[in-house]
Amino acid sequence: MNDLTLDIEDGELFALLGVNGAGKSTTIKMLSTLTKPDSGDAFIDSKSVVTESDYAKSVISVSPQESAVAENLTVKENLELMAYAHNMTKSTVDEKTAELLEKFSLEKYKDKRAKTLSGGYRRRLSIAMALINSPKVICLDEPTLGLDVLSRADLWEIIRELKGKVTVILTTHYMEEAEKLSDRIGVMKDGKLIACDTAENLKLKTGKDNFEDAFIALVKEGVK
Amino acid sequence: MRFLYFSKRVFKEIVLDPLSIIFGLGFPIVLLFLLSAIQSNIPVSMFEIDSLTPGIAVFSLSFITLFSALLVSKDRGSLFLQRLFTTEMKPVDFIFGYTLPLIPLAILQMFVCFAFAVVLGLKISLGILFSILLLIPCAMFYISLGLLFGSILSDKAVGGICGALLTNLSAWLSGTWFDMSLVGGWFEKLANVLPFVHAVELGRCALRCDFASALPHLLWVLSYMLVITVIAIAVFKRKMKQ
Repeated sequence: MNDLTLDIEDGELFALLGVNGAGKSTTIKMLSTLTKPDSGDAFIDSKSVVTESDYAKSVISVSPQESAVAENLTVKENLELMAYAHNMTKSTVDEKTAELLEKFSLEKYKDKRAKTLSGGYRRRLSIAMALINSPKVICLDEPTLGLDVLSRADLWEIIRELKGKVTVILTTHYMEEAEKLSDRIGVMKDGKLIACDTAENLKLKTGKDNFEDAFIALVKEGVK
Repeated sequence: MRFLYFSKRVFKEIVLDPLSIIFGLGFPIVLLFLLSAIQSNIPVSMFEIDSLTPGIAVFSLSFITLFSALLVSKDRGSLFLQRLFTTEMKPVDFIFGYTLPLIPLAILQMFVCFAFAVVLGLKISLGILFSILLLIPCAMFYISLGLLFGSILSDKAVGGICGALLTNLSAWLSGTWFDMSLVGGWFEKLANVLPFVHAVELGRCALRCDFASALPHLLWVLSYMLVITVIAIAVFKRKMKQ
């Protein structure tokens, strides 16, 4: 990462775009306390993710690339595992688990082992697991990668519903996804944020009609 | 609660893997059966059931290291563990989570081994219970070894180191298959420095309720258990920080 500075508003859906190796996943790892930056800091509610990492862990959740679930636990047990990992009490765990099973239409699969779920439902479970502790910030690292069109549309609906309730940081390779879902988009290249604005403004700035062309122009020519 | 739920997941990952059942429970039974069959045709004092059973029980525990190391190693490379690292779970939760569920599995493994030995003619006695109880530190040694290897090796390397090297060391240097004094020299000295032969002797002494003879072997095994456990915890914590 190199001199990355940005502000993300409460409840905003912010997309991070970039080619492979641009630094999107590293940014998420730093925000979620998995990687310590050599220098610099990030703040949530004015609290540092570096020096007050316990607070950061209690308010940031991550749904990693691929579906990071416990394969041999059931859907319900996966949610419970995450809830207990966040120090939640038994009654809250039961309440929150039931709520998320219903919200993500996972109720009929609750006793199925995670490894038996389809790709789309695994992603649903992965996002539900990230929401179990009612985080203020959720990082979705390429949540729809490899999904079919219908599963992707379902997941987009779920992500849209999060807008305004949770701050969402979304990394994706799909331009359409970023354009349709995000309030603002940050474009990264070689660890630097080279552009940050709404999809419409980025198209205007680059003089392109569609967002994919705008992204290519930004990455190739560095138009700001 | 954090480590208990994580333990549940570790327990399920191991018991739902058919290889754990085949190697953990099936393999010792097959070995006991075959060696007892040899003993019935060509009597060898070493393969008498009360001498053989503690040896097979200790040898079987080396598979616990393999299961434990494989799980920790695979988890290390997985996004699932990274996800758990972003929660409020502490290193101690992971360490207990990985080790505690393996203790009942190791006890079950020893119990099955002794139970099958009873079928093959081992006399039912309190010695069986003492043998299993006194071999628990040995089980802890193997479990800690699994945590240690899983923390530093890739899952492929774990297969080689734990699946091949450790199981062979546990077999050849344990005094189960042949008398160490028959080889003598550096081989016998090396075997006596390592814990395997002491673990087998501990199990044999406990089985005949000879606690005075068991004590030096117990101290040897306990020392190895403590040293390896401390090293495993330190290495795991260091790796987790990285």
